[in-house]
Amino acid sequence: MAKRSVHTDRGSTAAPGARLFIAAPYLWLLGFFLVPFLIVLKISLSETAIAQPPYVPVLDFAAGFRGIRDFVAGLSFANYVTIAGDDLYVFSYLKSLKVAVVSTVLLLLCGVPLAYAVARAPRRAQPLLVTLVVLPFWTSFLIRVYAWINILQRDGLLNQALIWLGLVDQPATWLATDTAVYIGLVYSYLPFMVLPLYASFEKLDESLLEAAADLGCPRWKTFFVITLPLALRGLGAGALLCFVPIVGEFVVPDLLGGSDATMIGQTLWTEFFANKDWPVASAVAVVLVVLLVAPIAVYQHLQTREIEGRQ
Amino acid sequence: MRRLSLTNLVALVLGLAFLYAPIAILVVYSFNASRLVTVWGGWSTRWYAALIEDRAMIDAALASLGIAIVSAALATVLGTMAAMALTRFRFRGRLPFAAMIYAPLVMPEVITGLSLLLLFVAIDLDRGFFTIIIAHTTLTMCFVAIVVQSRLANFDRSLEEAAMDLGCPPGRTFFAITLPLIMPAVIAGFLLAFSLSLDDLVIASFTTGPGATTLPIRIYSEVRLGVKPEINAVCTIFIAVVAGAVVTASLIEKSRNRERRPLLTA
Repeated sequence: MAKRSVHTDRGSTAAPGARLFIAAPYLWLLGFFLVPFLIVLKISLSETAIAQPPYVPVLDFAAGFRGIRDFVAGLSFANYVTIAGDDLYVFSYLKSLKVAVVSTVLLLLCGVPLAYAVARAPRRAQPLLVTLVVLPFWTSFLIRVYAWINILQRDGLLNQALIWLGLVDQPATWLATDTAVYIGLVYSYLPFMVLPLYASFEKLDESLLEAAADLGCPRWKTFFVITLPLALRGLGAGALLCFVPIVGEFVVPDLLGGSDATMIGQTLWTEFFANKDWPVASAVAVVLVVLLVAPIAVYQHLQTREIEGRQ
Repeated sequence: MRRLSLTNLVALVLGLAFLYAPIAILVVYSFNASRLVTVWGGWSTRWYAALIEDRAMIDAALASLGIAIVSAALATVLGTMAAMALTRFRFRGRLPFAAMIYAPLVMPEVITGLSLLLLFVAIDLDRGFFTIIIAHTTLTMCFVAIVVQSRLANFDRSLEEAAMDLGCPPGRTFFAITLPLIMPAVIAGFLLAFSLSLDDLVIASFTTGPGATTLPIRIYSEVRLGVKPEINAVCTIFIAVVAGAVVTASLIEKSRNRERRPLLTA
């Protein structure tokens, strides 16, 4: 395989190489992940202006201490007051949370049986089955949502099938409804739910299940009393891996949902691209992050425990 | 050998049908001769022929490919380093570092996109291909780090220790011992980064500038106007390319090590 590297360590210890391995990704993430957040926070405290960039105050280091003082004096919480006082934003957040909770529950209902079935399949078939579950995730998110427009539109395949079966006589409206959004979300996020669940189910000690069966416990009861509680960590990881991004989801509600009650990701998008109101868009983003801090922290905790446990 | 119970078999069949039916329908309809996307008018490749004429679509596809290759390469290097840092070294600030690796995985894309855009504006960087590459590298390096790290955490450290005991310097040990052993995960990480970048609409929309239109941005602007057979054809090509890459990668991984670990089980 790869040609042996000519890399030689001139230093005598691990230090220089190790430092580079830590510093390069660390600095990249500080610069392009953490610092941008601080900038969002700063701009959310600014006011909209017709200028380039479209907000005031702009931090002017050249003006020295006075520049910084003017900058701090110019900050205000006006955008947050706007958000809290406007039903549009409040409803957007509530709608996003509702959609995320409902679709996470739906994902659990679909994901648990599928992940369990994969984990119970013959060992030899498992890698293939996991790849099959993951493969759609590798094809474009946008394309997968678009595929559903084909099916759900007024004269699409779903209505054709329903009419053919005689279940309805008029084509029903699917597109631009919450049902379409739920279908799209469950479809797009199912692999994210199945993978952590599968990892948990697969690790399960089978002798426990045999013991339960020997003692006369019916299979469905074994599943709820033994299997599910032991897979709780995978359940949590899967639920969070879906819940958090769904709260801020844009593509699915934008293409499949209606225009009456938009989710917060769409509101932010409109605020930014259509209204060009960067400070309000930033404030919307900050509030969204604040809402998601707790679930993100729990997810990170689960993941870190998972790694420490494996080492 | 274990046998699949009926319930499990039904769950598998239904689950896979749900995952694949929409894609299959899309692919079939891309070969539909009728312009009306809902009426079947016989097999035809006319929409593929029409694509060759669509200069804007081809340019967007080439732009996306370029961005995906460069950002995936950067993300693979940075992500592999991050995975090594997380699994092999103890250092101050390790927890915040781990937090910064995990946060982008779940962070809504609108936030990542908005914050990077505001950074680029603040430092007065001209937006275009370059800024999309930075944005995609930032997001995808975290995915690479997760994939590689799960491999690093699972392999036999004694090989590395043996090399070092025999006087192999740490840097050399990494390239001669560690890297070849984790190579399947590194390749999987690269492909994941590549397909995430190729796929991304939201972050690219925020960080793009005049003249830099990626394929998803282009497809999105067409899709908003409704279903078109040409778009079915573009999507089918896209699916074929990605599926081909993934299948090749899993075959490479299979022949490389007999360990039965599917791609991306991080």
